[in-house]
Amino acid sequence: MEIWITQLFNGLSVSSILLLIALGLAITFGLMRVINMAHGEFIMIGAYGAYMTQQIFKSAFPASFFDAYFPVAILASFALAFAIGYLLEVSLIRFLYDRPLDSLLATWGVGLMLQQLARSIFGAPNVAVASPSWLNDGLTLMPGVVFPYKRLFIIALVALCLIAMYLYIYRSNAGRRMRAVMQNRDMAACLGISTRRVDAFTFAIGSGIAGVAGCALTLIGPIGPSIGTYYIVDAFMIVVLGGVGKLVGTVAGALGIGVFNTLFEWWTDASLGKVLVFLCIVAFLQWKPMGMFAVRTRSLDQS
Amino acid sequence: MKKGSWFKGFALVVTASLVLAGCGGNGNNSGGSPAESSSAPSSEAASSAPASSAAAAGDTVKVGILHSLSGTMSISEVTVKNSELMAIKEINAKGGVLGKQIEAVVEDGASDWPTFAEKARKLVSEDKVATVFGGWTSASRKAMLPVFEELNGLLWYPVQYEGLESSPNIFYTGATTNQQIVPSIDFVLEKGKKKVFLLGSDYVFPRTANKIIKAQLAAKGGETVAEEYTPLGHTDYTTIIAKIKEAKPDVVYNTLNGDSNVAFFKQLKDAGVTSADLMTVSVSIAEEEVKGIGPEYLAGHLVAWNYYQTTDTPENKVFVENFKKEYGADSVTSDPMEAGYTAVYLWAAAVEKAGSFEVDKVKEAAKGIEFNAPEGKVTIDGDNQHIYKTVRIGEIKPDGQIVELWNSGGPVKPDPYLTTYDWAKGLSE
Repeated sequence: MEIWITQLFNGLSVSSILLLIALGLAITFGLMRVINMAHGEFIMIGAYGAYMTQQIFKSAFPASFFDAYFPVAILASFALAFAIGYLLEVSLIRFLYDRPLDSLLATWGVGLMLQQLARSIFGAPNVAVASPSWLNDGLTLMPGVVFPYKRLFIIALVALCLIAMYLYIYRSNAGRRMRAVMQNRDMAACLGISTRRVDAFTFAIGSGIAGVAGCALTLIGPIGPSIGTYYIVDAFMIVVLGGVGKLVGTVAGALGIGVFNTLFEWWTDASLGKVLVFLCIVAFLQWKPMGMFAVRTRSLDQS
Repeated sequence: MKKGSWFKGFALVVTASLVLAGCGGNGNNSGGSPAESSSAPSSEAASSAPASSAAAAGDTVKVGILHSLSGTMSISEVTVKNSELMAIKEINAKGGVLGKQIEAVVEDGASDWPTFAEKARKLVSEDKVATVFGGWTSASRKAMLPVFEELNGLLWYPVQYEGLESSPNIFYTGATTNQQIVPSIDFVLEKGKKKVFLLGSDYVFPRTANKIIKAQLAAKGGETVAEEYTPLGHTDYTTIIAKIKEAKPDVVYNTLNGDSNVAFFKQLKDAGVTSADLMTVSVSIAEEEVKGIGPEYLAGHLVAWNYYQTTDTPENKVFVENFKKEYGADSVTSDPMEAGYTAVYLWAAAVEKAGSFEVDKVKEAAKGIEFNAPEGKVTIDGDNQHIYKTVRIGEIKPDGQIVELWNSGGPVKPDPYLTTYDWAKGLSE
């Protein structure tokens, strides 16, 4: 019984982490169609953003303030990844919108450059980020069933990001312009929307959310120059499985992969579990090539 | 229009790079460009070398250093490269080997096994290096092995590994199984911990190590309660931890490698399991990794190595002091770094004894060579080209240092095929 509750929670927790990883990509790849191989590196940038914030708090503020660094780190990571994403869009990505394969190669190259940059600045070995003390320990539900606060925090953070993204994309003017540009670029341009500015902003937001994911992942995973490579495949898998271009698809994809991965890993082992999940995904995409939630729009037919 | 200007810009860049490449080509003829080809630190080594075809022509002798300076393994391998360069620098300051300054040719294996083989071939056949120091993962060693055997090169491999190998062209300065894993299992069993949970990354070292551990446990009254492998770079250990809780082992024997250790120990602590509840023994976590994981997650957990920064020998005091001087006061020293450092000195001693840089003569001279390494006295075993090493079990302290709990009392003879252990019969097939 305990083990089932634990595993159910683990499944949910893994899903929330996967969703956090994939949310940024759901924008840059899902909405904008940029095959963004540098997505993992924005996660890495976010993780180093958290590390830098921690170092600043350690040196500049008294120790009693230290626990407050984490909320600041989330904002700093977002801002840092946002800024670098904006720069990347303006300097490179915007030249590649109608050439998806080139964008794949170019962003992959950018990813390698960012990794090496991180290696030059911070050194090749991992760095340590101390989690704030209010996130240590966990909620003991019953003997043997512990829900770590960090995992609960990540679930809450994902929910918050989702709500913020939903409000932004579907309830704000900026989001409306963004959807207009993504759905029919020429029409939007005719109506006086600066598509170039919208593109840059959208890409930057996707990158910023990847930065938030990187910051949150410092709680449970390694922080090093190559951590982006661990998450990039999962992120693409989720967006493709869920249906490119649909936020709700990304949520469903993450939930599906997270829960099934946990279950398969429990029944078999980590390697085989992953293989089984991939098999299921391949089978599913054979049946529904557009993913769980397909976008029905004529603008897609053009490409 | 937009596209047109982009294309023009691209054409400009291509033209510019062609022009630059042309200039570079002219410059190359005068200097030993391969030495500077991969990374900045190569300039730390030795003097301005004239280009030469033979390793030992002129006043310098070339040696290769081949580690992953990028990719997932660079977390560990960069530090070994640093300690090897430091040893070279020290030897050069004392006048070099056979009166020649050592010039390091640093190459990047990029955490990619075919790249290791390719760069090894380049070092031996193009740069004509006298020897190569390099590798970390067993996969990289297995990739380089046929190259060194084919070209009759010489490789010094500085990391503990799974044993069951003894190439005539490789010297192994890290521990083999009977100098690390086998004694640590004995240690665990002596503490009365019988039920062992084996956890490792999914590649050759953990699988072979666990095969040996299972045979040893079966012969000595222990019990393997589970055996789990995760892919390299795996970052979610919640399910594994649930399995550990379910299996209720006395000890988790951890052969995870690289970044997975960070995720595992962070998540283990989050799940409310501390070193007081569950003993873990790790064989791939040294001081450098402790720093990157965060000591607060690791305090109280055990590790098995041959050397710690705290190891109390006069040579180690000098080694640690020099290393901190060279690479900053925050830097730490670890077992593989010490083994890499020792390898350079052992090679230099063998060359001096042979009076030659020729591989066959150096190999012959290396037999029985002794060196007072930071870990204590080491001796090259002439039979299998491994070295005698002292075994040490240590406990990780909250300050990130590792303190010795137990040692083997003296250097242990290397036995890569475990021929002196009855229970190990049939393992090497």
